[in-house]
Amino acid sequence: MPDSLPLLEVVDLQTHFRTPDGINRAVDGVSFTVKAGETLAVVGESGCGKSVTAMSLLRLVPEPPGKIAGRILFQGRDLLALTEREMKAIRGKELSMIFQEPMTSLNPVLTIGFQLRETLRLHEKVDRRTAERRAIELLDLVGIPESRRRMSEYPHQLSGGMRQRVMIAIALACSPKLLIADEPTTALDVTIQAQILDLMTDLKRRIGAAIVLITHDLGVVAEVAERVMVMYAGRKVEEAPVADLFRAPKHPYTQGLLGAVPRLGASLLDAESKLLEIPGVVPSLKQRIVGCVFAGRCPHATDICREAMPALDVKAPNHIAACHHAATEPAAA
Amino acid sequence: MSRPLLEVNDLKKYFPIKGGLLGGIKAQVHAVDGVSFHVSRGETLSLVGESGCGKSTVGRAILGLFDITAGQVVLDGKRIDQLSARVLRPLRRRMQVVFQDPFSSLNPRMKVRDIIAEPVRNFGLATSKADLEHKIRAVAELVRLPQDALGRWPHEFSGGQRQRIGIARALAAEPDLIICDEAVSALDVSVKAQIVNLLQELQKQLGLALLFISHDLAVVEHMTHRVAVMYLGRIVEMAPKREIFAAPRHPYTSALLSAVPVPEPATDRRRVVLKGDVPSPINLPSGCRFHTRCPYAFDRCRVEDPELRLSDKDHFVACHLQQPGLAGVAGVAVGQD
Repeated sequence: MPDSLPLLEVVDLQTHFRTPDGINRAVDGVSFTVKAGETLAVVGESGCGKSVTAMSLLRLVPEPPGKIAGRILFQGRDLLALTEREMKAIRGKELSMIFQEPMTSLNPVLTIGFQLRETLRLHEKVDRRTAERRAIELLDLVGIPESRRRMSEYPHQLSGGMRQRVMIAIALACSPKLLIADEPTTALDVTIQAQILDLMTDLKRRIGAAIVLITHDLGVVAEVAERVMVMYAGRKVEEAPVADLFRAPKHPYTQGLLGAVPRLGASLLDAESKLLEIPGVVPSLKQRIVGCVFAGRCPHATDICREAMPALDVKAPNHIAACHHAATEPAAA
Repeated sequence: MSRPLLEVNDLKKYFPIKGGLLGGIKAQVHAVDGVSFHVSRGETLSLVGESGCGKSTVGRAILGLFDITAGQVVLDGKRIDQLSARVLRPLRRRMQVVFQDPFSSLNPRMKVRDIIAEPVRNFGLATSKADLEHKIRAVAELVRLPQDALGRWPHEFSGGQRQRIGIARALAAEPDLIICDEAVSALDVSVKAQIVNLLQELQKQLGLALLFISHDLAVVEHMTHRVAVMYLGRIVEMAPKREIFAAPRHPYTSALLSAVPVPEPATDRRRVVLKGDVPSPINLPSGCRFHTRCPYAFDRCRVEDPELRLSDKDHFVACHLQQPGLAGVAGVAVGQD
């Protein structure tokens, strides 16, 4: 594959759900790319469409009531044009996933070993002995002590952190090109989260997989992502390299989000510090939103924001935002 | 000096695990194993720690939601842990609770007005119907619920608004102390900020004491006065906020703080990554409970359980490294981040 072609190119993704009281536009025209080996974080609050985006990439959205439109080009092939059978061959092999709650995504009545061997034998056509050996190697790779003994244990016998390691081992079993991680550390305690984040960064370096990390935690984003895409009410509102986004956010929603997060150490410097609030609530996705999705809560909103949907414009090098009022930085010399 | 509003002395709560043929007690979960602290009027004390450290059990024990195994809970100088439900009732008014999940802690069959009215009626706080209505409106205004909210059902509200209703219900009893059990943990960032700011304003305005139980250290730092760090049913360190966050003395506190991801890319922090998992509260490790994961553990830690001792003004630590004479060494080794 030539270098110029991204690993994943999503064009105008629309995932809508039919509900008794109207169409829910969970993802409403989102485009982005992921290059081989890079980590893209997708951030936003509940209901912004970030998880539905992840599920759409894997084609795991139930249809009906869901409906996915647009194009999802993975290594040049449009995943939406594939048969379910062709999709199954890719899912778990080249395109892999980790979910938030390892207890519900592991099968409780099968041993860890069985679940690892199953993935390997399904996709790689290896014999039992090889699968067994590779499975143990994978458990070692993700830092599970006494891997040989763990093979015969069931998910409930492991702690939350260990279960998430097993999920990662299964996800990495067939050396995927792209790993989709939906809130992989949200259910874990901070010290365990630190272990899992370290593990993911380390494995990424070794295996070279690209990662789409779905999260609401801006701290996690800052630690592991290279690029960030911010979603709000089903739309992409901003995208930039991680350092630029945190240093100079362009979209008022991103600015609000960053101001609302308490930071360790901040209140020690300034005793009277108050967290920034974003007034109001997220708009309903069941009505077509004319204009900017954030207009109703935005401190800078004017008439144009309520009338015309802002385009995602380049506001600085590699930095795009959908805002009528965000200033454009002159390109750095 | 007057006594603190709430005192907890050597609180223990063990949960029996039944099993075997005869259904006898097989083992015990040492959920809370000797915890002491106090909360003064108008003060926020935060209990922090990871899942299973016993922080929520402490909150529930104070509220009298179950019998405690040993120890004392003293409210305003009066011991309340052994009182009958009837005697406890008027005292319970003074301690209210706000839970984590605003979806399951509000009765879906009660309108907001009735949810807020219930504690006012229960404790006989209103002198007349008009007074009741006045009180409901005043509380709704305090938490900045829109006036038309009173006639609606809980399911019509978002998570943040529901948490306001939960806080309104707690305030309606006119309490001295509110126990916030992960009260903002389930909320989205922007809404969390609204509720955190609201709690801080209410505290200032009404002189409330808060026992803030949370695993979110950044939120805790933002709103607390003092912090008690718990690990496996014990307090391992307790100190004013500045001391805990700027100069932690227990290796567990340091590790916990360094594990929090900071929303600033490319900050070059030295992170102490703890190895392994939290041991089971059924089979506790010998000696110091933290020695199995502590990067500084030495022989003594494996055999001798360190006591929570005063190591500096208002700063308590349970660590052998904090012994007089050794304090300097540990301070350098541990508290540098």
